[in-house]
Amino acid sequence: MSLGPDQIRHLAKLARIAIDDRDAGTLADELGAILGIIDRLLAIDTTGVVPMAHAHDSVVALRDDAVTEGDQRELFQRAAPAVAGGLYLVPKVIE
Amino acid sequence: MTGPFTVAGLAAALRARRISSVELAEESLARIAAAQPVLNAFVTVDREGALEAARAADAALARGDAPPLAGVPIAHKDVLMTAGLRTTCASRMLADYVAPYDAHVVARLRAAGTTLVGKTNMDEFAMGSSNENSRFGAVANPWNRACIPGGSSGGSAAAVAARLVPAATGTDTGGSVRQPAAMCGITGIKPTYGLCSRYGLVAFASSFDTPGVLAGDAQDCALVLDAMAGHDARDATSADRPHEDCTRFLRREAGARPLAGLRIGLPREYSGTGVAAGVATAVEAALTELRKLGAETVAIELPMVGHAIPVYYVLAPAEASSNLSRFDGVRYGHRAEGYSGLDDLYGRTRAEGFGPEVKRRILIGTYVLSHGYYDAYYLKAQQVRRLIADDFARAFERCDVIAGPTTPTTAFALGARTDDPVAMYLGDIFTVAANLTGLPAISMPCGFDADGLPVGLQLQGRHFDEARLLDAAHRFQQASDWHLRVPPGYAR
Repeated sequence: MSLGPDQIRHLAKLARIAIDDRDAGTLADELGAILGIIDRLLAIDTTGVVPMAHAHDSVVALRDDAVTEGDQRELFQRAAPAVAGGLYLVPKVIE
Repeated sequence: MTGPFTVAGLAAALRARRISSVELAEESLARIAAAQPVLNAFVTVDREGALEAARAADAALARGDAPPLAGVPIAHKDVLMTAGLRTTCASRMLADYVAPYDAHVVARLRAAGTTLVGKTNMDEFAMGSSNENSRFGAVANPWNRACIPGGSSGGSAAAVAARLVPAATGTDTGGSVRQPAAMCGITGIKPTYGLCSRYGLVAFASSFDTPGVLAGDAQDCALVLDAMAGHDARDATSADRPHEDCTRFLRREAGARPLAGLRIGLPREYSGTGVAAGVATAVEAALTELRKLGAETVAIELPMVGHAIPVYYVLAPAEASSNLSRFDGVRYGHRAEGYSGLDDLYGRTRAEGFGPEVKRRILIGTYVLSHGYYDAYYLKAQQVRRLIADDFARAFERCDVIAGPTTPTTAFALGARTDDPVAMYLGDIFTVAANLTGLPAISMPCGFDADGLPVGLQLQGRHFDEARLLDAAHRFQQASDWHLRVPPGYAR
């Protein structure tokens, strides 16, 4: 399976990564080569095989629905690029 | 005389008060500073924090209530969060990020008394096999500075090989502890998935990411791993099982044939194609030595293991594309300037913040998860993942450990594979299966090739059978001296 620059631009849009035309061309070649090894999977007969999503087929642990952490908003927001009044600032999304 | 520069040796010297924690921290810091211009093994060095921890360790040693690793210098891979000390993942995205809390394994190793001297360089977000994908520059191999140290835990491997620290943490998602350990001539263990908590490990591929240890020998790996391991309710995949001392077999008295009864499986699929002659020769010699120590070798088959690379390079990027969507320029990390709206903010921030390999993996992951390709690629890869796991389960009915080379070649030249991602990926051929299956695996030095570069022998074991792997490696190391070789110029 090879990918064209248009498909690369679409994927980059889905992944929210801005790319230019030169990037699209380079990525098309690189991703095409990677898909070249991945495509070998398509020929394997996996009829009836249960997909393995995790290293152990263990039951996901559940814990009590109890408060275990205090409010650390200020501490956590110290790492944010822009905050005000305890809120994360983003560009206006509603006109 | 402080004895050997090992975790065990230093812990004993500290306890006997032949050296102080502060003296050791000063020595480690001085060696790091001297090596940094050549090796670039560290992203951040924490002199003040190290000396403060060392003073606390000395006080505990004086009181007589010191924890087991009190005063032993350690470095953490810069993907593990350290409260108050920046955690960059070697990415522009997190170049100034200071984590608000410690990773579970970091907290455990602090509680065990270790002195954290700094954070080691790595491939960006642990994506890479050469440590060349770092925002902070490539790391050099102490054995040959023109060669890569391996990756993604390349800084940790170089730091231990050059005796800057006796041990360092790493993380292993597709071989990132074992491969650099092999290429730097040291010992590295990736434990069973779930043995060590992923809490505070910045996620790359959550179903594969595994904290591990790089150290000079198996005994040191065991001591550090034992301090790191344990259940943690904050990681839903952390194994909730009784603590098993993984050093317990190492203390056993052993005769001339300490490995009698151990069945070592040799997969037919591992022999031949693609393994460099120097690697094959060293591995053969190591197997001969293991037989001399009493082990029996049996031929086994892993018919599906040849598909491990494509399976891994579907599933790991798929998980990465999801995990790395959190880096949006809003809650933490880099934010681009000059954006026109929210989508533009995301796009520019991620274009600037991520390096080329991270972008490639996010895009591959986005592709295999996208409408129309999900079944063909993602589900298919998960099905083949199961077939590979079934192969290993069958093989472990006939043997106790599986042996082979850790890597098909020794360390290659810096820059040799940077333009060819596929060639880079194919080097992970022997390591990724343990991540697909969650099995523990260890790499230990077993010789050198004609260029004087170290060769690693990998042993893979059954789930939660770390003690046996460590014991086998330890017995081999008691009968050999490959792990004692120090790169020229770095003898202590």
